[in-house]
Amino acid sequence: MQQGTIVKVAGPLVVAEGLGEARMYDLVRVGSQGLMGEIIEMRGDRASIQVYEETEGLGPGDPVEGTGAPLSVELGPGMLEAVYDGVQRPLDVLEATSGSFLKRGISAPGLSRDKRWDFVPVLAPGASVQGGAVVGTVQENKVIEHRIMVPPGVSGTLEAIAAGTYTVTDEIGRVSTGDGAKVPLRLMQTWPVRIPRPYVRKVSVTEPLVTGTRVIDTFFPLTKGGVACIPGPFGAGKTVTQHQVAKWSNAEVVVFIGCGERGNEMTDVLMEFPELTDPYSGEPLMKRTVLVANTSNMPVAAREASVYTGMTMAEYFRDMGYSVVLQADSTSRWAEAMREISGRLEEMPGEEGFPAYLGTKLAAFYERAGRVTTLGGADGSVTAVGSVSPPGGDLSEPVVQNTLRVVKVFWALQDRLAYERHFPAIDWLTSYSLYLDKVEPFWRENVSAEFRGRRDECMRMLQRENDLAEIVRLVGLEALSGEEQILMETAKSIREDFLQQNAFRDDDQFTSLKKQDELLRIILLFHTRAIAAHASGGALREIFAAPVRERIARAKYVTEDEAQAVLDSIAADIETQLVAEGGPIAAATSERRAVAEGRPS
Amino acid sequence: MIRTYTTTRDIVGPLLLVEKVADVKYNELVELEYPDGTRTLGNVLEIDRDVALVQAFGGTRGSNPYETKVRFLGRSLELGVSRDMLGRVFDGLGRPRDGGPEIIPDKRMSIYGEPINPTARDFPDDFIQTGVSAIDGLNPLVRGQKLPIFSGSGLPHNQLAAQIARQSAVLNRSDDPGKVGAKMEGEFAVVFAAMGITFEDADFFEGEFRSTAAIERAVLFLNLADDPAVERIATPRMALTAAEYLAYECDMHVLVILTDMTYYCEALREVSAARKEVPGRRGYPGYLYTDLATIYERAGRIKGRKGSITQVPILSMPDDDKTHPIPDLTGYITEGQIILDRPLHRRGIYPPVAVLPSLSRLKQKGIGPGKTREDHADLSNQLFGAYARGIQAKELAVILGEAALSDSDRAFVAFADAFEERFIAQGEHEERSVEETLAIGWELVALLPRTELKRIKDEFVEKYLPVPEAVGPGGAEG
Repeated sequence: MQQGTIVKVAGPLVVAEGLGEARMYDLVRVGSQGLMGEIIEMRGDRASIQVYEETEGLGPGDPVEGTGAPLSVELGPGMLEAVYDGVQRPLDVLEATSGSFLKRGISAPGLSRDKRWDFVPVLAPGASVQGGAVVGTVQENKVIEHRIMVPPGVSGTLEAIAAGTYTVTDEIGRVSTGDGAKVPLRLMQTWPVRIPRPYVRKVSVTEPLVTGTRVIDTFFPLTKGGVACIPGPFGAGKTVTQHQVAKWSNAEVVVFIGCGERGNEMTDVLMEFPELTDPYSGEPLMKRTVLVANTSNMPVAAREASVYTGMTMAEYFRDMGYSVVLQADSTSRWAEAMREISGRLEEMPGEEGFPAYLGTKLAAFYERAGRVTTLGGADGSVTAVGSVSPPGGDLSEPVVQNTLRVVKVFWALQDRLAYERHFPAIDWLTSYSLYLDKVEPFWRENVSAEFRGRRDECMRMLQRENDLAEIVRLVGLEALSGEEQILMETAKSIREDFLQQNAFRDDDQFTSLKKQDELLRIILLFHTRAIAAHASGGALREIFAAPVRERIARAKYVTEDEAQAVLDSIAADIETQLVAEGGPIAAATSERRAVAEGRPS
Repeated sequence: MIRTYTTTRDIVGPLLLVEKVADVKYNELVELEYPDGTRTLGNVLEIDRDVALVQAFGGTRGSNPYETKVRFLGRSLELGVSRDMLGRVFDGLGRPRDGGPEIIPDKRMSIYGEPINPTARDFPDDFIQTGVSAIDGLNPLVRGQKLPIFSGSGLPHNQLAAQIARQSAVLNRSDDPGKVGAKMEGEFAVVFAAMGITFEDADFFEGEFRSTAAIERAVLFLNLADDPAVERIATPRMALTAAEYLAYECDMHVLVILTDMTYYCEALREVSAARKEVPGRRGYPGYLYTDLATIYERAGRIKGRKGSITQVPILSMPDDDKTHPIPDLTGYITEGQIILDRPLHRRGIYPPVAVLPSLSRLKQKGIGPGKTREDHADLSNQLFGAYARGIQAKELAVILGEAALSDSDRAFVAFADAFEERFIAQGEHEERSVEETLAIGWELVALLPRTELKRIKDEFVEKYLPVPEAVGPGGAEG
């Protein structure tokens, strides 16, 4: 490949000349240390290169070498449980070879060249195959069966394939293509990160992604193949919400991208995930997880690439027929990386200094999510959840606004709620999900016929509470009718006994859809019975002091196994404590009323 | 290879454009000698063919085109480090300021450091007892954390930072979930970096360190208000380089206090403006986030190494505005924030910590059985929730009058007042142990109806709630 020379260095941007046949987005090696870089602008013979490592010490005259290939990732067994930086360098391997700090110019392949995998073919020689066809499997770990596919674009007759123990670069078989060429098959394939992997067609989403977080699953559900964003000021709980989804969602594979965020947060994931048990497989969560960690102090250009690296990996697992969740925390840092590079290129800025193509890039990225029929004919999905960190919590800023144009679910985090320690601090009045109608049939079939109705009823009450709160603020609670006061109490119960969920409490961090429905059932049952009791003369004070309310408040902590029995018994308690006629409350009230009425007469 | 040029063409603000240079590298250290004899250091911000853009740390007063001597030193800015730095005072570029001799370096380290590999980090989960209830009880600091103090002009952030530096201690692990471990002995050091603060403020810290003999385990880097502004860009990096040496090579637990980050950011803005870069919000450069991250992310712990770096940066929020880019971007990088509150300060409450918007993100990992006490997390949640509700009720009372409050609201109002006076408020030289902090917390929640203690597990309520009949204070046992 042709060798060029550096003429200019400005931060992460390097300009080189003499790269000859190099093309846009080609990967290049910069300087004597061979730092990784990518061509992002070409003017005649001058190529602007964003460098994925610290550029200190580079200067004019230093060599630049083209590789003739775009930035790509290696896809194959060994990705799960790995931790990569933004350009797929395995961080654990780098730690072993060069110590606790990231030195420059070090590299290691994304997949281990030494590790051997047991490959079992599912097709026999002679089979006709095309790109995306599964030719065999590797049991990567107890949880995930890694399906080895023919790379996209290759089709023909499977000439040879054999079971055995292979490294990722060994030939496991061959495809003889129509024009007589022989294409070797390996456990590993590569794919350029900026190009979406192909599929047959996109399919409409129908199944909710269950996260175990009540406010999400019940009120603002996400689907497998859907897209969501979590904007919020710092301290509102974006990262905790992301972690909750990564931990408890019923996706088969999770790709978590720490994009320009805190180092200690990645460490938290790294230390916690191997310890936590996946509620679906019973194995450590880490076994289904791929981590891409490009923390805020790591080079900014690699941060720009990290979201694409993660997305390509997610698409690869999708192509095997898995449901994948891709999480990017935070997309604002990605946008800022774009802004920084754009500024160095001296491009004309758009809003707030962001490049004019910000919206296009964000939309194109989120559009890579979705549920598809894969080339191999399977049903796979990538669900994308991106957090956004708006400056000053201002949702009118460009990254939030451009994101909202493409995502279907909006979990708005409020610092006001966080200050009250209402967690997750997802604001029920401004958040939305456009998937409600899509998941309703699933709910009807798998949860209960009443779930949607209960959810809508509760939502109405929360909305009504907000309206009434205005009145209460002005004239006091007493100005409300009895029925309205009961509604205020029920809305409070929905907030405290249902929406509030402690991510750090073992008995509260995950709630099944079934139990969510049951919790709503008893909250609403109390409401209807309270109204009935009040209508037949029960005093509000007595109703609100009913002992069963303590049980309702603690119902969310009941284990999944006992849930049905306990919730049924709570329902029974409600019935006995709040019966309209002759029950303790009505009785106690009428007794007192008799006394009270007796006095003046 | 040292090359000297006198080919400076343009001088703009703190920047010099030097022509016809050869073999200059990005971020290379430069020594400048102006015609009036002023000498200062600088570094290369950009190199385009044979034209180098140099930022002068000492400013450009006294320079002129074609006579200024520019020497490229072939290395980046380094700090000579040694254990002997303890007890010494340096200027913003690491030169002795206390009249003492030069340090004989054990080694020279680039002040820019290298990012810690995320897989090499050890998670910060050792509770630091600062002796301040508002921090220990509600937003605890842990070793390896970066927890800034968001303050405003006229608020006692210096006093609070000095108090933290003076009292900080780590506790031994306790086998009994109901008991707090004893203070641990170990090697501590404080690295203090002043950027653009006044002589008086710097003198306060120096005096504090000297009066408690803490100076012997402190290293001070001072860039004061009348020192060159651009030098401030190097100062926190000098301090963190010293801290990294003490933590990772001398096995010390280092507390780094950086004050005032606002002036640091303004110096950065000055350089950015001189370069005519496209500004982000309020004229600050678009890379402010990344730049701040390269400072704050140098806090942490590393697997297999004994020492740690804990950062307490102080920044004064312009007009007490938390959404200003500096506190905003800082909050996105640091693991929480301690916010000081003017109304509390006016009411004479020290430390005036605004408890509700303050946050320590690592507290979940630093407290609980073994680390502090089993009831710590639940109690702190309850105190938060109850205080928030008390504040809400107070706001309601302002509009509707006390009479409109329900009985339970009134209990919460009483709680909120007591909480501010007894829990948040304490003396500047009062050191409270965690047990004392928790005991006050339990006395306060005892003011509330028992049914309102929803956030505390029943077993803890049984075990720790003071018996209401108890005569006199101090009913909390355990």
